[in-house]
Amino acid sequence: MPQVTLTVNGQTHTAEVEGRTLLVELLREKLRLTGTHVGCDTSQCGACVVHINGESVKSCTTLAVMANGAQVTTIEGLAAADGTLHAMQEAFREYHALQCGFCTPGMVMSAIDLVNKHPDGITEQQIREGLEGNLCRCTGYHNIVRAIAAAADVMHGKRTEIASAAQ
Amino acid sequence: MNVVAPFEGIGASLRRKEDFRFLRGRGAYTDDFNRQGQLHAWILRSPHAHARLTSVDTAAAAAMPGVVAVFTGADMAKDNIGGLPCGWQIHNKDGSPMAEPPHPVLAQGKVRHVGDPVAVAIAATREQARDAAEAIAVTYDVLPAAVNMLEAVKPGAPAVHDDVAGNLCYDWHIGDKAVLDAAFAQAAKIVSLDMVNNRLIPNAMEPRAALGEFDPNSGEYTLHTTSQNPHVIRLLMGANVLHIPESKLRVVAPDVGGGFGSKIYHYAEEAIVTWSAGKLGRPVKWTADRSESFMSDAHGRDHISNAQLALDANGKILGLKVHTHANMGAYLSTFAPCVPTYLYATLLAGTYTTPVIYCEVKAVFTNTVPVDAYRGAGRPEATFLLERLMDVAAAETGIDRVELRRRNFIPNDAFPYQTPVALQYDSGNYTATLDQALAAADWAGFESRRAEAARRGKLRGIGCSTYLEACGIAPSAVVGSLGARAGLYEVGTIRVHPTGSVTVLTGAHSHGQGHETTFAQLVADKLGVPTAQVDIVHGDTAKVPFGMGTYGSRSLAVGGSAMMKAMDKIIAKGKRIAAHLMEADVDDIEFDRGTFRVAGTDKTKALVDISVAAYVPHNYPIEELEPGLEETAFYDPKNFTYPGGCHIAEVEICPDTGKVSMVNFTAVDDVGRVINPMIVEGQVQGGIAQGIGQALLETCVYDADGQLLSGSMMDYTMPRADDLAPVSVATHTTLCTHNPLGVKGCGEVGAIGSPPAVINAVVDALRDYGVRSLDMPATPAKMWQIINGGRRAAAE
Amino acid sequence: MYDFAYHKPGSVADAVKLLADPDAKAISGGHTLLPALKHRLNKPSALVDLSGIAELRGIKRVGNAIVIGALTRHVEVATSAEVAAAIPALAYMASHIGDVQVRNRGTIGGSVSNNDPAADYPAAVLGLGATVHTSSRKIAADDFFQGMFTTALEPGEILTAIEFPIVDKAGYAKMKNPASRYVMAGVFVSKAGGAVRVAVNGAGPCVFRQAAMEAALAANWSPDAVANIRQSPDNLNADIHGSAEYRAHLVGVMARRAVAAAG
Repeated sequence: MPQVTLTVNGQTHTAEVEGRTLLVELLREKLRLTGTHVGCDTSQCGACVVHINGESVKSCTTLAVMANGAQVTTIEGLAAADGTLHAMQEAFREYHALQCGFCTPGMVMSAIDLVNKHPDGITEQQIREGLEGNLCRCTGYHNIVRAIAAAADVMHGKRTEIASAAQ
Repeated sequence: MNVVAPFEGIGASLRRKEDFRFLRGRGAYTDDFNRQGQLHAWILRSPHAHARLTSVDTAAAAAMPGVVAVFTGADMAKDNIGGLPCGWQIHNKDGSPMAEPPHPVLAQGKVRHVGDPVAVAIAATREQARDAAEAIAVTYDVLPAAVNMLEAVKPGAPAVHDDVAGNLCYDWHIGDKAVLDAAFAQAAKIVSLDMVNNRLIPNAMEPRAALGEFDPNSGEYTLHTTSQNPHVIRLLMGANVLHIPESKLRVVAPDVGGGFGSKIYHYAEEAIVTWSAGKLGRPVKWTADRSESFMSDAHGRDHISNAQLALDANGKILGLKVHTHANMGAYLSTFAPCVPTYLYATLLAGTYTTPVIYCEVKAVFTNTVPVDAYRGAGRPEATFLLERLMDVAAAETGIDRVELRRRNFIPNDAFPYQTPVALQYDSGNYTATLDQALAAADWAGFESRRAEAARRGKLRGIGCSTYLEACGIAPSAVVGSLGARAGLYEVGTIRVHPTGSVTVLTGAHSHGQGHETTFAQLVADKLGVPTAQVDIVHGDTAKVPFGMGTYGSRSLAVGGSAMMKAMDKIIAKGKRIAAHLMEADVDDIEFDRGTFRVAGTDKTKALVDISVAAYVPHNYPIEELEPGLEETAFYDPKNFTYPGGCHIAEVEICPDTGKVSMVNFTAVDDVGRVINPMIVEGQVQGGIAQGIGQALLETCVYDADGQLLSGSMMDYTMPRADDLAPVSVATHTTLCTHNPLGVKGCGEVGAIGSPPAVINAVVDALRDYGVRSLDMPATPAKMWQIINGGRRAAAE
Repeated sequence: MYDFAYHKPGSVADAVKLLADPDAKAISGGHTLLPALKHRLNKPSALVDLSGIAELRGIKRVGNAIVIGALTRHVEVATSAEVAAAIPALAYMASHIGDVQVRNRGTIGGSVSNNDPAADYPAAVLGLGATVHTSSRKIAADDFFQGMFTTALEPGEILTAIEFPIVDKAGYAKMKNPASRYVMAGVFVSKAGGAVRVAVNGAGPCVFRQAAMEAALAANWSPDAVANIRQSPDNLNADIHGSAEYRAHLVGVMARRAVAAAG
């Protein structure tokens, strides 16, 4: 059986996998990192998005063996060691950008990459189009879009903390 | 002493408690659970819509690597496993009961839809189980399929069930036809419209999953499942299918990733894993692939209707006549029969003073996936029919469409208002929600926006719906008399711990609704305990008293009311303890948010003083009062609740591609008292997205042979962020008069009010193309066909 | 998925050897192949992962052309200053393939050699008149795309790079399938001196050139020039999302938009 060594959330793991084992299966079943979800089988819903070497990737459409040697970050690895949430996590909470929570890990991981890919600022339309690979059935996206815009301001250094959602 | 910051109580947009675990990837969904020695199940499903099973040979499959067992319907029959039960019985016009054919867990003799479970392979890994399932040799004698429901009721159509004549489940009606005919005879204008309410596939983001376990020492079974109502599953599966007493069956619905109705029902896979776990003595897990969900989760909607509205010369509605065919699919899903009857026809008065309504519904079996309640369930179908009809009536009478609605609104002083279709509305203010929405949407200024869009080459339209729903289901005696085989009360237990923190046990189930926050706010508001010290326990039959679960926007109206009643009991007992401690008369004890006070004095005791005394009853009226501070209440609602409001959609159509873009959406909803405005807005936003999805994007398509063409997300259009526009949501409150919180419910309003608003807007945008009837979804191809056809007609 | 052997060769020569097995398949980003394997539509004996072959990476300008290595990901083409300067329509096209995650993993070589009728890249390759470099030869775009999921690649032959000529003008426009977001009808146009190319993807079973539009644009490079040219619906795709007539109509709309975008 092929062997794969990869670093997940800063920790190095070596595991034996089948050739056909998907990265998401390795994460969920072997490493017990169940925060990464599987919501579809056609690579469309994005519930499984993780970062490989800093970029968002659908872990259901990546073989575990193809992540050999990679740096993987999952939703479990986002918050600081002291528990402080990443700005995107904080913004999702402040803007009520999640309901059932199932799409949320992938949504957050995609959103971070999306903001990173727009270092000069990101418009609402760019956020909406940038979420093409992530489906949410609960929120209607309205609050997700607002949360990402708010997090972008912090990630880009325009603000030191997430702007309050007016309520 | 407990001090409650006021912003945590009723009316505060408290950020959600549950978000901490969801945002860190620490949610615990069914597929996240793994057990020692766990096996995996893969279900072999029928590739045919309709076929006789000639043989099912499992020998090769059973010999494959990792395979532990392969079971078929024959194995289940040997164990006397029952069929999946239906929870609602409808009666025909002649009083006879509906046809209720068996719904086997694994196929017996015949398969009746693509996806019908035939056998299960159980192996060490999921892929091994799938490998084995593929190796099961099944010979099918393929039969012609009944797919289109209007064809299915014709003589000579293939019989889905051999003993159900004409594929007719029931032929039901409501209302007085003679009175209606008399009203129609007086009409100045009769408007008739044919409508299809498109079939939808729910697609909660978490695919269904089930994990069965059996403990041979205790003889107890445990099922973890993606359910909105674990007690209902325990009852149906234990009593009807597996014949396990409730005391030996625990059902847990942990974090559940969305439901929208589709996770109410008892599904075959739940019984399969539980039964298999018992037979094999090892845990068995099944998790659906998304493509499997498309052909195994109950679908929604799927009505074909003709509606006729009779009006007098002033546009007052004289009567409404509706004929509907409703697709049941191949089997009766748990609550399917009530959806096109008591959740549909009873809504046909809407917000209007229609004096007489007659509706007949034929429910039809077809060789398709079973159809059951999906967000709104019956009420979106009624609302779409009514609100489309109102726009057509306005166009054909020449009365402005907003004015026509105003003329027919139930006036504010008419409540309680008895409709001709059984329901009695308790409160509402339809003019207020309409006016507020018209202002927020700048309805008056629309024509200039239309002109501006025309200069950009776009067709812009605006449309509204003034909808009503009945939810908070439901008074048990009422639904019982209408055929429900269940009570629809809810239970709440308030457990005040010795040191003053609180655990709430509720029969409601949260799968996105934020109960852990909203319910904690009720406790904070009433008992004065900070929400951080209030924990909500739900979804586990081993922990929570028998409750009915979450659907039909009932959690707060029914479950919240149960909690309020239980808290009343806590306060009443607390007063007696406080009276003893402060040596006062119990009638002199006042309670306000955590503090018991002897009226007119500065003598007080905090809730924690009372709870300590209750659990350490050294100084306690032990002769007359039991120790402890825990109370349970079962609340059975007196009536449905009646949220309503106005939704206004504004769209632009690109005439070149036919693509419809949402440009504005305004909702003003009356959901009764709002506990957490942030969560309410989120619920409405989500419902509207599903409504827009139905109107513009989503539809389930079968071909003539019963193959599911929209069988994956490659072909079923799920709303994405860029399909939607910012939505403005506001509330206008009238209180529910019959529950202690004054709440009405907010989970479904978005999906109920929005589809007709969107389609009315699309029809308005196409006003130069003579569109009268428009079936959902308004896809680009369909719009182009209309526009192109119009252009050709104009050119000829 | 059915199980398979996994190989990760370090050179094109080694990959070619491994792919001599007719049941072996090459994989790079995997975003077309893996979904098919997950649905068990395909049962390869082995997957040959090309991602370790450094020589297949990179974007470089060579004379009057941009040469893009087969393993170059869509995001790299979309954000390449070199591509943006030389053939902005190509960068635009790459920036609109699939979604962010597809662009982060999917590669030009995988997309072109798969020749999905609803993929974007084949339109750019054919519309720009690019040359496909393989492990053994160079193939003109006009000879490369042979039918649905079919190309001129021989068994064991690996696409190594694509050479895009730098043209005077180019533009791309597409209508996406509302559900899958793959291309429902797309048009890539280019003009190099008097030579005009119009490639249509999504609408038919394989990317194709639209000769009548090319002639019209050669005579008059403007959106109006194609306004009255009717694409025949014969042999176009039809499904629950749109008829062949609708797709034929969209070809005209997208052609106008592509020319307008090209300027």
